[in-house]
Amino acid sequence: MVFLWSFIVGGMICVIGQLMFDVLKLTPGHTLSILVVAGAILNGFGLYEPLIDFAGAGATVPITSFGNSLVHGALQEAEKHGLIGVVTGMFEVTSSGITAAIIFGMIGAIFFKPKG
Amino acid sequence: MDNSPSTTKKSYQKIAQQQERKRPILKNCIYAFFFGGLICTIGQGISTFYMYFFDFTEQTVGNPTTATLIFITMLLTGFGVYDHIAQFAGAGTAVPVTGFGNAVISAAIEHRSEGFVQGVGGNMFKLAGSVILFGVFSAFVVALIKTILLEWGVI
Repeated sequence: MVFLWSFIVGGMICVIGQLMFDVLKLTPGHTLSILVVAGAILNGFGLYEPLIDFAGAGATVPITSFGNSLVHGALQEAEKHGLIGVVTGMFEVTSSGITAAIIFGMIGAIFFKPKG
Repeated sequence: MDNSPSTTKKSYQKIAQQQERKRPILKNCIYAFFFGGLICTIGQGISTFYMYFFDFTEQTVGNPTTATLIFITMLLTGFGVYDHIAQFAGAGTAVPVTGFGNAVISAAIEHRSEGFVQGVGGNMFKLAGSVILFGVFSAFVVALIKTILLEWGVI
């Protein structure tokens, strides 16, 4: 069942992105930035985690979850260390996405040649 | 004075607007829904795999799933498949984390010819940098406000 919901919820988030491309005529950079900010704000109101419980990867795979996990890590550390935790804990949860992008970007640059 | 820069710019925009082809919004949305949903379902499959064979919970499984999806993105980008899919899928491939991976990896591969330091290192986050900037800054503001409110006992 979670597969069906991840398909529907993930698809809907992508449709929102597509509407921002086509109707509001935003560039991909603007669209993705707005979606990330939206994810961060949704987490601030405690709305994103229920969505993850409900839709699984449908909520964790779209870029909105990047903003969500940034806030999540910051709040986790802030609980332990007070205000400074907001800075020290920022990348606690998100490290895998950025690390993977850097490592695989480097490997790609070593092994692949540009196309076209 | 008719040819002052602002008037020509305005009339250019007017002409450009008239000439612009209407975008097939409904078709684009259906493609975005289908491909975006498909990528998330694949992600759900990978998540289920990690939860079943390794010690991850539903809240933490996003991390290894993201890394695996970016690895797959590297292969698809490197062999030139990702761009073909992205042409149909639009936001369906841009919004999932694979789009973030594709932006980093394709920039890294593209600027390889300028060398590893100036080319790959300098351009890797050219497209994805704004996502990180606004993600981190908005997360900072949200977390700061929430922490202060919690310490004051407001919420």
